Amino acid sequence: MSLHHLDVRNLLCPMPVIRTQNQVADLAPGDELEVLCTDPGALTDIPAWCRIEGHEVVQSGERNGEFFVRLKVAQSSVFY
Amino acid sequence: MRHVNATLFAVLVNKDWRHIMEKTPKLRKAVALISGGLDSMLAARVVKDQGVHVEGLNFFTGFCVEGHTHAIRNRKGGKRNNALWVAEQLGIRLHIIDVIEEYKDVVINPRHGYGANLNPCLDCKSFMVGKAREWMEHNGFDFIVTGEVVGQRPMSQRRDTFPVIARESGANDRLLRPLCAKLQPPTLPERKGWVDREGLYRFSGRSRKPQIRLAETLKIDEFSQPAGGCCFLTDASYTAKMKDMWQARGERSYDLDDIMLLKVGRHLRPVAHFKMIIARDEGETNYLLGYRNRFHHLVMTSHGGPLTLLEGQLSDDDLSLAAKIAARFGQGRDAAEVSFLAVTPDGPEKRLSVAPLKPNQISDTWYL
Ligand code: SF4
Repeated sequence: MSLHHLDVRNLLCPMPVIRTQNQVADLAPGDELEVLCTDPGALTDIPAWCRIEGHEVVQSGERNGEFFVRLKVAQSSVFY
Repeated sequence: MRHVNATLFAVLVNKDWRHIMEKTPKLRKAVALISGGLDSMLAARVVKDQGVHVEGLNFFTGFCVEGHTHAIRNRKGGKRNNALWVAEQLGIRLHIIDVIEEYKDVVINPRHGYGANLNPCLDCKSFMVGKAREWMEHNGFDFIVTGEVVGQRPMSQRRDTFPVIARESGANDRLLRPLCAKLQPPTLPERKGWVDREGLYRFSGRSRKPQIRLAETLKIDEFSQPAGGCCFLTDASYTAKMKDMWQARGERSYDLDDIMLLKVGRHLRPVAHFKMIIARDEGETNYLLGYRNRFHHLVMTSHGGPLTLLEGQLSDDDLSLAAKIAARFGQGRDAAEVSFLAVTPDGPEKRLSVAPLKPNQISDTWYL
């Protein structure tokens, strides 16, 4: 397991979720990704996308006026 | 999954796997365009209920009416993304794809022209179905599903334009429109029995009643119904600003920042060679601050007030006029004098104090 970072500050939804989706595609099960963003909509979109895909949202919130979502990549796709 | 288990079991018991593989129907896969509205939700659901594996595609063109302006103006907002919400309700995967670059050609050079505003709906539909076809081929899917209803929209959803979309996208008869399939010749998925044509619909026209009835039958009690269209290109005031931008530049071009900025603030062009973008609230000021390194801008220093971005080459007189206008939109609108810091993208700053214009001195024609 390794921790990765994604900086999508100043991007508006749905760009943060698009970038998250694209980066997770390259990660291994169990890896964690911390997404840093400024659009609060990402706090709704990224967890919704994670629920669909079966990834776990480990933590999310606000830090220094910016937002973050930390997710853990699912062990296997919920769809196959 | 169930098919796979059943097949494995049969192989173990009978060892006659070839015979069994032939008998086991292949799980068919459809890719559905999901806009976040009711029609595409129903179309995907109808096909999924027939036992087809469905995944959703949603394209981000930059013009989509999503939570942007809301998110900019209200930081606590957190408005949901309707396409994701729909996918979650349906229990299907959703792939959101950034098509901003490729979509420019659709907006700038539509082969079939525009609708009432700058909406190139027919080219747009062909483009999106074409992208879905590429995705389908790349991912080994069998057909494409859209929520189109014949006669629903004046430009793209007409009996005579349906074949144009199927042809120009290259999807041909792998394009299934479940909500009006019974009014169309049978497509490949119907002819092959991947879906049962009898379980599809014959909706037509602009009435929303059949869709709402179907939603009730399927026990879908919450959905969004975008009024007018699915994107800002159908919006008259938005496209007026876009045309103004093209005219001022002398060319039809844009990037993502341009089209985002057209959604934010009041836009005024008091003189042909410069434009002002005045934030309407704190959220917009914060958003526009993200552009301060690219634009000349005015920061109100004597009173509380919005940030103003300036676009164009401004002389000292222009700067003074811009400040007088901007002063009108801050808390010092009735004061004798309002002070500003004028900042250029490269950093040099200049202080200036002006008397705010009176309301009747702000011409309606300046507003874009
Ligand atoms: S309204 Fe916009 S997104 Fe919808 S078909 Fe027309 S151009 Fe495309």
